[in-house]
Amino acid sequence: MSESPGAGLRGRSRLGGPDIVRIAFLVALLAVALAFPVLFPSPVATNYGVFTLVFVAVASAWNVFSGFSGYISLGHAVFFGSGAYALGIAARDWHVTGVATFGLLPLSAAVGALIAVPFGLIALRVRRHTFIVITIAVFFIFQLMAYNFSFTGGSTGVDAPFLPWPAATYNNPFYYISLGCAVGMIALAWLIRRSRFGLQLRAIRDDEDRARGLGVHAMRVKLTAFVISAAVTGLVGAVWFFYLTQVQPPSGFDPLFDLSVVLMAFLGGLGTVAGPVLGALIIEPGQLYLTVTFTNGYFSEILLGALFLVAVLLVPRGIIPTGGEYLRRLTTRGRSAIPAANPASQSAPASTGPRSDEGAMREGGASKGARRRAGKAL
Amino acid sequence: MSNVLLRTEGVNKSYGGVRALDMCTIEVAEGTVAGLIGPNGSGKTTLFNVITGYAKADAGEVYLADRRITNSAPDKVFALGIGRTFQLTRIFPSLTVMENMLVASRHSRTGARRQAMDQLEFVGIAGHHAELAGTLSYGQRKLLELAYVLVADPAIVLLDEPAGGVNLSLVNHIAARIRELNAAGKTFLIVEHNMEFVMGLCAEITVLDSGTVVAAGPPDIVRTDRRVLDAYLGEDIVDEPGPVDPAEDA
Repeated sequence: MSESPGAGLRGRSRLGGPDIVRIAFLVALLAVALAFPVLFPSPVATNYGVFTLVFVAVASAWNVFSGFSGYISLGHAVFFGSGAYALGIAARDWHVTGVATFGLLPLSAAVGALIAVPFGLIALRVRRHTFIVITIAVFFIFQLMAYNFSFTGGSTGVDAPFLPWPAATYNNPFYYISLGCAVGMIALAWLIRRSRFGLQLRAIRDDEDRARGLGVHAMRVKLTAFVISAAVTGLVGAVWFFYLTQVQPPSGFDPLFDLSVVLMAFLGGLGTVAGPVLGALIIEPGQLYLTVTFTNGYFSEILLGALFLVAVLLVPRGIIPTGGEYLRRLTTRGRSAIPAANPASQSAPASTGPRSDEGAMREGGASKGARRRAGKAL
Repeated sequence: MSNVLLRTEGVNKSYGGVRALDMCTIEVAEGTVAGLIGPNGSGKTTLFNVITGYAKADAGEVYLADRRITNSAPDKVFALGIGRTFQLTRIFPSLTVMENMLVASRHSRTGARRQAMDQLEFVGIAGHHAELAGTLSYGQRKLLELAYVLVADPAIVLLDEPAGGVNLSLVNHIAARIRELNAAGKTFLIVEHNMEFVMGLCAEITVLDSGTVVAAGPPDIVRTDRRVLDAYLGEDIVDEPGPVDPAEDA
């Protein structure tokens, strides 16, 4: 899960010392995650685990689109809620019960992906603030539909099929399914970041028009990332719903869901693979703890908002990029960061050097003096 | 006569009430270095934008060889073989120099890296391949932009002020690279205000003024053309030489 510059599209190379340490750390982390329900068998602990892993997967899925491409979506609850509703409605109408309901999870992913196609084809034509506003608008359209359509159960929502499992270990299967979703999504994010597709997404984030001028099919690339992100979000939404056993419009299409996911990615590091994971591991258990501990239901939301402000002030690029930068500074202290070995190195940055006559002509609107000098050169 | 590789015919482009291009017709022969000059606001960059799909022509046609590419999208224009750089360099600052190169590459992963490194060595910034592009100096960015356009081996390269805002040694370095590439058969169309640079490099020069071609031909002909002098100096200055700044004569 390399986050260093040049992490993407690396050539084939032998594993170095840092790579081995990194892999060992990830294996140990995975082992701890797998052993968690055994080490902490209490339903309270596994409940924390399920919700945290759900948000690890969702934050990572959100990041594959928004973090990599720079298009900040505040409408991913559309896919989360739709995935939840898709599972509930399909199970209810097709009379699927018990464990067989898990077989409907791919349907929720497909529903998320299908909704993302027209959604993306419209919203991805615009950028930045306009894109954000459109995602919010679509979100509210879906919430309203969930309230008003009969097949969604209106304000009472939809219930999940009953699972006759003992209460003491009820959470465990959901824990492992959530872990599978989270690990799968992280692996997918890692692969995408290293791929040509991921490189194109990050190029779009930096300068979409320039990327198009270098042959990147921007719309196709953005839409593909949007659909992948939506499919995983829909799938995880269905797991969340089945675990909670019910979904209603305000819980399935919850505006705080998107804010939480965005905060997780921002706090950990937008556009990195590990950032959203770290953000989810910090925020979701914290939010659950505050919700359970304090009877005032709004206290956790207030703290969430405050944390957002603190993150923006202290680690505006997120924990992972800021920490990585700090480590790089430590390791390169006293050495020049950039070698100088060719004529190009000798040129001064445009902002610091004196402007040439040509530059003056270009930027100053062709003063009479500059025009005269150009004439002389002719 | 050489084959015409790039041709615009009667291109018009207006922004609101301002006509940026007015029946603009130019030709670039295959295997040549052509220049496009003109005073500020004469429509040079607008013409580049129309050719490369960044702006839509109101009228007229653009052809690459005999293929009509008028108002094609930038990605399609690039895929067809027209690469361009920008007046103010546009790189991907959060990607490394190597990743910048790979965005435009059409090769497989291993081949792409090797070819990208070759191009970086050619322009002289291979030592920076692992650095973030945002940390490069302005001159290095110019070279990176040239390199990553070349990595896809376009049929023609449009350079928008390649010598703008860089020091003399780098200007000479860029000119030498263009000459080498041209000697290998690459075609260039260059917008530039540095007359020494343009006159030294280009076999054919087209002069734009107010969106219209006012002269075209070899440098020796163009530099003495009355309409060109008028465009650059202004009729008032040519007709009535005013007081000249002594510092400029020095």
